Amino acid sequence: MSDPVLRVRRLRVYYGTPGRPVRAVDDVSLDIGEGEVVGLVGESGCGKSTLGRGILGLLPEGARSDGEVLYGGRNLVGLSPKELRRLRGPDLGLVFQEPMTRLNPLLRISDHFRETLKQHEPGLSDEEMRRRSLETLGRMGIPPTRFRQYPHEFSGGMRQRIMIALALVLRPKLLVADEPTTSLDVIVEGQILALLADLKRNFGTALLLITHNLGIVAESCDRMAVMYAGRIVEEGSVRDVFAEPSHPYTRELLRSTISLETTELHSIPGAPPNLIAPPTGCRFHPRCPEAMRVCALLEPVEQQLEAGRRVQCWLHGPERRIPSGGELPLEREAIWVADEA
Amino acid sequence: MRPETVAPVSDPRADGAPLVSIRDLKTYYAIRGSFASRLVGHEAGVVHAVDGVSLDIRRGEVLGLVGESGSGKTTLGRTLLGLVRATGGSVEFEGREISRLPEREFRSLRRRMQVVFQDPHASLNPAMTIAQAIGHPLQIHGLEHDRDGLRLRVAEVLERVGLAPAEAYLDKYPGDLSGGQKQRAVIARALILDPVLLVADEPVSMLDMSVRAKILELMLALKRDFDLTYLYITHDLATARFFCDRIAIMYLGRIVEIGPAAAIYDDPKHPYTRALLRAIPEPDPQRAVPRDLPRGEVPDAARPPLGCHFHPRCPRAFEPCGWESRDLRELLESRWALAAGQAGVEEEQALVGDLGALDRSSAEVRLPASRGRSADEMAALLDRIRDEAPDEPFWRGVRRIEAVDGRLELDFHEPEAPLLAPSGEVEVECHLYRGEPSDGS
Repeated sequence: MSDPVLRVRRLRVYYGTPGRPVRAVDDVSLDIGEGEVVGLVGESGCGKSTLGRGILGLLPEGARSDGEVLYGGRNLVGLSPKELRRLRGPDLGLVFQEPMTRLNPLLRISDHFRETLKQHEPGLSDEEMRRRSLETLGRMGIPPTRFRQYPHEFSGGMRQRIMIALALVLRPKLLVADEPTTSLDVIVEGQILALLADLKRNFGTALLLITHNLGIVAESCDRMAVMYAGRIVEEGSVRDVFAEPSHPYTRELLRSTISLETTELHSIPGAPPNLIAPPTGCRFHPRCPEAMRVCALLEPVEQQLEAGRRVQCWLHGPERRIPSGGELPLEREAIWVADEA
Repeated sequence: MRPETVAPVSDPRADGAPLVSIRDLKTYYAIRGSFASRLVGHEAGVVHAVDGVSLDIRRGEVLGLVGESGSGKTTLGRTLLGLVRATGGSVEFEGREISRLPEREFRSLRRRMQVVFQDPHASLNPAMTIAQAIGHPLQIHGLEHDRDGLRLRVAEVLERVGLAPAEAYLDKYPGDLSGGQKQRAVIARALILDPVLLVADEPVSMLDMSVRAKILELMLALKRDFDLTYLYITHDLATARFFCDRIAIMYLGRIVEIGPAAAIYDDPKHPYTRALLRAIPEPDPQRAVPRDLPRGEVPDAARPPLGCHFHPRCPRAFEPCGWESRDLRELLESRWALAAGQAGVEEEQALVGDLGALDRSSAEVRLPASRGRSADEMAALLDRIRDEAPDEPFWRGVRRIEAVDGRLELDFHEPEAPLLAPSGEVEVECHLYRGEPSDGS
């Protein structure tokens, strides 16, 4: 991996009172290299979106975070909202799932671009702003003839293209895209993913792509991190992880993905836990087909594997930390069929 | 819980006659356009949501109705259920014409055809307990008044959909349930009336991947246990593959391909079907994001393209497919998008002038030269564009380009609307297959 453009170290994001905090992101570390496309996957409620927002300092009221988000030699955790706003845009961009709710219906597309550029690059001339906007929109497939139109005059896919262009016009070093294609049809989804896959070449921008769809990760990402119950339980190159998932959760996620090549339906029993009172030990143990006794007792220790991979699972040791008898299969009650997400 | 009296074996209609038979169905919506266009008095439009669809749903089968948003698939389902009035054509259910039934008569019919919608969160009243919500249809149809009897029947159906033990769910509110559990409750509510037909409109697309398989398997098990017939409406050909016996692909109000699921997946014929299949992301890192997907999105059904509705996006479109003035606008705009910000673009825009003049459903373009420009310059621009990308399907549709009396004249080939015709095991509505010998007929 090239030099990281962003380093996340032991980031925690929690909601609620200090007494019973909901730890939506719990001790997460992650590097994103320059121009790299990193996929962040997991079921709903695993903390993917919270991590994405935590990185950008865009947490909702009442959420608190500690740890480090290192960007350009600075720790973004603890920066004032004003300082964060200055970084957001020119350095760190964000694309949301629902493009319509992020565009102002009363402003023309041209106004959206002008406001953004004026705020972050006040030195630009009108002509320069216009040229940059049209160019960026054009690369996203929006013709200059539609520059003066209003958001409602565009289809869903075009709005998402506009949102991406609006983030890219500032040439950010990193773009966080949270389920950017979830509300789109499959062909339009493919068009948008092709655009995102070319970010590196066209804009030199790194991408953190948050999605629940492993097919998208396989096709678009260089590296992937799998999140479960607030933790990154596995990370590695997409090629390695798909070829040989190290964590049973990753493997189960892969097996339950329905694609044209799927030959048999599979699902993961149960649902991600409530983070107010997560299971003891490994948080996945109640749903894990390979759970051992130690998994219910002790939190797994992160293990570094070959090729820059890491995993948090007792199956990968360290053996010296497993108490005697801990590797025996875990006996437990059956999970009700409907106890699911 | 299924009374013996429903669909007896001696039913004369059970002899292989389809459960549902739809013929030339049309469902149009009148629209008034945008607020602004109403203000300036623009004429009202008509959305041809379903525009001449014929299909059968056979007893006991799962028919997949697949298409993108705007294809009309949901409207077709709603018309079948009598939730939307048909504009024309016929819908026969169990041999009886139902498309023009008064609402009162339709209501009793709805016991036999039930629906599961996409959003389980919106399908359940948050103020009703699960017992109330699922028992409600029985009360509405006057089938069960006794409180204990009602609770018993609800408990029974809850367990059938996997919400067991039922006591743990009966008095819960929808807000206490997960998405998958809610969808099970919605399915239970549909089943409690003992329907023969279940219309399932994207029943799993709002659910997590890890849950989808469970709901699909549940629906397949219920189909066996209750002798159900399904119309499965979806945009997702991957889940449909597991679920459907036959597939109908819909695009802008028309069925463009229909046939046995295996044939559709193994040998898709319509370029649209092929595109839908190619666009599905595969969990295989060897595969890259496909770059050759159709451009653009499903166009406005109020003004569908001429000829084959798919032609503006089709990589294989040729002479008869319905080329028209609007396609020239599209061609120019995508060219200008690619080169946006470069010097020549504004020059070209000035030369062509008002693109609004091209915004017509017509196989002829008559474009007066902009002020200070000549029609010859415009014709030369088009020649240049053609030379740069001669393989662009658009040019196959062009019959003549000429500068005449100070205006650009461009004629396309005569548009021909394709018709659904047999091709091998399937039927396909595409000019590419019209020359093929049909088997049988």
